[in-house]
Amino acid sequence: MVSEHTWVRIHQILLKPEQRAENLPEETKKVPLELWDKGFLTTDAEMGTEVEVITVTGRKVQGTLLEVNPCFDPGFGDFVPEILTIDRLVKDTLFGGRS
Amino acid sequence: MNRDSSVQAMLARKNEIMKSAVGIDYDRYETGKIGFDYERLMKETGYDLSSIRQIQQEHGVGKTPLKELHNITNLMRKVAAPGKGARIFIKDEALNDSGSFKARRASIACYQAKKLGFTGVIAATSGNYGAAVASQAAKYGLKCIVVQECYDSLGIGQPEIIEKARACEAYGAEVVQLSVGPELFYTFLSLLETTGYFNASLYTPFGVSGIESLGAEIVEDCLAMTGKFPSKIVCTNAGGGNLTGTARGVLKTTKAKIEIVGASVNLKGLHMASDHDFNRKSFTTGHTGFGMPYMTNPDRSDVPRSAARPLRYIDRYVTVNQGEVFFITETLSVLEGIERGPAGNVSLAAAFSLAQEMNQDEIIVVQETEYTGAGKHHFAQLSFARKRGIEIRFGDPKEEVPGQSIILPDGVDRIKTVDLDLDKIRKSLIKNQVKEIKKIVASDVLYLMDETNASKTFVCETLKELNVEWGE
Repeated sequence: MVSEHTWVRIHQILLKPEQRAENLPEETKKVPLELWDKGFLTTDAEMGTEVEVITVTGRKVQGTLLEVNPCFDPGFGDFVPEILTIDRLVKDTLFGGRS
Repeated sequence: MNRDSSVQAMLARKNEIMKSAVGIDYDRYETGKIGFDYERLMKETGYDLSSIRQIQQEHGVGKTPLKELHNITNLMRKVAAPGKGARIFIKDEALNDSGSFKARRASIACYQAKKLGFTGVIAATSGNYGAAVASQAAKYGLKCIVVQECYDSLGIGQPEIIEKARACEAYGAEVVQLSVGPELFYTFLSLLETTGYFNASLYTPFGVSGIESLGAEIVEDCLAMTGKFPSKIVCTNAGGGNLTGTARGVLKTTKAKIEIVGASVNLKGLHMASDHDFNRKSFTTGHTGFGMPYMTNPDRSDVPRSAARPLRYIDRYVTVNQGEVFFITETLSVLEGIERGPAGNVSLAAAFSLAQEMNQDEIIVVQETEYTGAGKHHFAQLSFARKRGIEIRFGDPKEEVPGQSIILPDGVDRIKTVDLDLDKIRKSLIKNQVKEIKKIVASDVLYLMDETNASKTFVCETLKELNVEWGE
């Protein structure tokens, strides 16, 4: 059970594949148009159920309850060693020799 | 209010919604069969340069430093012909509040929204503009919604866009994220209608005139630092506003002839509305996927008449490849000690090549940088691409196939821009403007001459090829 007023992320299917625009590439047309938003739950609710939230701008938005206290997770990814080759290449070219 | 909210009904109400959401009656500026009075629109609805500068100065925008890239210039001269290799300068626009030149656009849009009494602003953007609008809205106490195209159908988000969502939320905005598809416009219209917020479009006169200060500053900074005008200014080009605003600012500041070069990342072959291709590109802006359609058809934007009309100002349009931009981004960091986001460095990669055509006493200015951070970094983009099975290797960047490979140059002499044929683009714009119309009037010919920055002969020859008649 997730309590009322909890900060959550919700999900909606906006358009089913058959409702999508005409002039789309096939791979886009066969999947739905989806939406994600965040807000405060207006009632206690179970994960995966239809809920209503109030967003930070005060809008009421409905959707499926997806995540509680959603985090920010962009990172720098796995290290790409070619980066170090670029460093060596430009330093060698500019300053000469192996640096 | 219980209005029909179907896609069709929403699109049918498009003009009505737009009119109240930007506060401009675009119909007043229409002329002839196809034309409109661009300069009158800019003059009557926008702001003059001194007002723009004052608004920006009071809101954390502008007066960013122009920096000479001594080491990158010297690196480039190692491979330039004797006596060749212009001095490369960069306008460090990442130092605006919110981290990009987009703050210049947002500052005027939000100022206007506040002046007209709107309580909030909405922007449809997956780029830096979202954070810029959110940041400026925060200063004015305006509510803010940013609508992003962010995820593919597997729920995998482009790292750069996810970071921008985080930034928008950091500035207090609501971020509505969507999966891939142009129907985003429908959601955008629906939000405008239900909230009554201001459309902080990138393409209004406010959004574009806000960049004029950047063109003015480049000229003034360059004169103050070197006693000379730059010979070339390179602008990363996507929707065209950056180039348009910069060029207009230059023209308002000096009569000196300064070549305006547009640069985009080559994403040929990738479809912008494709769920499959969405995460196979490593640049979400500054690429040909936006640059070409917006240059040949500026009015495809989210306002009836776009104020971003790059073909009126561009002298040359070049592309670079993804591998070249990642390479120069790392070089900027490791040789100049300036760590910035890759998308803002498209024009730097181009300048590295263009400078080699110029004399050593000339100056080339790269007119932007953007902030960097988790997700919005070349490390994150290269790693993300490798995970999607995209080949990353050293070699000749010209062998790069967007969506399949990223080729990092195996020597600095491999960084070479490719010129696009502007006359072909001009013809394409004329074709898009006349559409199905078989006869236009004399004022339309003048309008097309302005739109393409071309001669009457060129415009009339193109009209003939299209079997379109014109009145004298």
